[in-house]
Amino acid sequence: MRIHRILVLSVLWTFSFGAGAALAQGVNLGKPITQADLAPWDIDIEPSGAGLPAGSGTSDQGASIFADNCAACHGDGGKGAATTTSGAPAAPPVVSDVKRNGIDDTTLTIANYWPYATTLFDYIRRAMPWTSPRTLTDDQVYALTAYILAQNKLIDAKQVINAQTLPKAQMPNRDGFTPRFPERMPPG
Amino acid sequence: MARFVKTGELNRIEQVAGNGLLHRRALLGRGIAFAGALGTGVGLRVTKAAAEPLAEAPWGQEPGDPVPAYQTPSKFAKNVVRSLSNPNFEPRTSQSRAPHQLLDGMITPNGLFFTIVHDGVPEIDPSVHRLLIHGLVKRPLIFSYEALLRYPMTSRIAFIECGGNSAGLFSPQPLQTDVQGLHGLVSCAEWTGVKLSTLLDETGIDPKAKWFVAEGADAAHVMRSVPLAKALDDAVIVLYQNGEPLMPGNGYPMRLLLPGYEGNMNIKYVRRIKLLREAAFSYWEAQVYTEPLPSGKAYQFYFVNEVKSFITKPSPGLSLQQPGLYEISGLAYSGKGRISKVLVSADGGQSWGEAALQGPVLSMAFTRFRMPWQWNGGPAVLQSRAWDEDGNAQPTRAEFVAARGELPSVPPLLAFENHHYNGVTSWAIDQKGQVKHAYP
Repeated sequence: MRIHRILVLSVLWTFSFGAGAALAQGVNLGKPITQADLAPWDIDIEPSGAGLPAGSGTSDQGASIFADNCAACHGDGGKGAATTTSGAPAAPPVVSDVKRNGIDDTTLTIANYWPYATTLFDYIRRAMPWTSPRTLTDDQVYALTAYILAQNKLIDAKQVINAQTLPKAQMPNRDGFTPRFPERMPPG
Repeated sequence: MARFVKTGELNRIEQVAGNGLLHRRALLGRGIAFAGALGTGVGLRVTKAAAEPLAEAPWGQEPGDPVPAYQTPSKFAKNVVRSLSNPNFEPRTSQSRAPHQLLDGMITPNGLFFTIVHDGVPEIDPSVHRLLIHGLVKRPLIFSYEALLRYPMTSRIAFIECGGNSAGLFSPQPLQTDVQGLHGLVSCAEWTGVKLSTLLDETGIDPKAKWFVAEGADAAHVMRSVPLAKALDDAVIVLYQNGEPLMPGNGYPMRLLLPGYEGNMNIKYVRRIKLLREAAFSYWEAQVYTEPLPSGKAYQFYFVNEVKSFITKPSPGLSLQQPGLYEISGLAYSGKGRISKVLVSADGGQSWGEAALQGPVLSMAFTRFRMPWQWNGGPAVLQSRAWDEDGNAQPTRAEFVAARGELPSVPPLLAFENHHYNGVTSWAIDQKGQVKHAYP
């Protein structure tokens, strides 16, 4: 009897309001979207490599892309630029053999600190170049990623970087972290 | 009138800690009158001259200005502004710091709310902006701004603090700047919007989801990973800040609010929420807001702004004019709940008195504290120390440094060479009433 009534109500709702009525409790003003249609915004990359697009690049290809798009702020070869006129910190070097010095954030580098190489692809693609983010092709982002990893001696200079090889790049400080509040981390 | 307070009698009746700290009930008026009634002695060295005779001012003798559609502060309050780290808009992050030494109460006005943007302030057309919720959900959905306005709203007052606020306190020498320079990257507002859990009810949640990432629509596309439990607990898609639409520097047309969690996680211009099984390790959580430790390890996923307080008045730039009764006032807050207690010291931490907490005392919001103080004209070191209802004590700077280290050399004022400082701040007052930042 009760189930019957719910069914009738459900049918009535469906007649009145269309597909959205399946969740009669909510306001239901969200519009459905397909994976294909949301793909242009779906740009996060996970350490597993999930999210990495098709395409590839090498350090050699990345060198000229870096010179054209990145060196103005990050310096020649990514080794850092002078401090800005205001005395504020400039864009950080992305190629560095600096050793970490205690708690000094300015001595943390991609080579000595970053836990995952996938972060590099993710960040370049979402935020760089600063003056025109989201304009590089995926191949260009792969090439820049390869260039920065190779210049930091984290991969072989000839290594092709793509969705399969990037997650395998070994980052030396991968196990250097601990959560501040373990009880707030999602269960394993 | 409470002009004269005899030191000996204060010690006996009203003084609660060394160097002139009075019982907080002196703030009730009754207490001041009580102390004043006792006073027959020599507490003040200043002889009060009589006030000038009164006259009618020009603004009382002619009409004022027409009323503007949107009002801005008086030109006589023009110094009450944010300080800018990147006024010439060089290609880098821009910070603006809130002038807490010139404000009072628990709410930061919208025009003075601190802002950090990593690639400029975007001008977002709300009719084009979309919020996408997808990933490990049953139905990916797109919400327009107009659609979100139709949802049931919730309001709460909450602070937001940059993980780099107060980073100057990692310096081995006290940086000489003001409250704004040291602690201006925190603010508190009333936020109104739609609970994220309401929207997730509509998308459904795949049981495999344990995290979500939130991402902004601006040029920096800042993205952070957040435990899904926070989404179901108290996360809000905010549309209004102190009652009006969000300011562009604070996320217009919509931002994520994660009460008590470091500012950068409260994604502005939020356009995408994606549920995931694992964290994404974005640049911001894999490097920037980690916390390198003296041991060589580093904290990551710091999340919480821990219990903290600082005195806003007196403070550097607000010198004392003459000995007498002053109100010490400041801000206390914790990402783990309500402030339960604030102690104040006027003798560099040798003795402490309990400050009055200005109500309402709300969880994860600014709490204004006040403490009456009789400055005798001698040197003093003012400190505040807060506790939260979760039982956490704000560490002294020495305790903090012992656990977390200190920089090897003095950093530039605008640098962020470490994060999440929540120790005590000290203001040293000399016999002229000048206030300086100090490590006593």
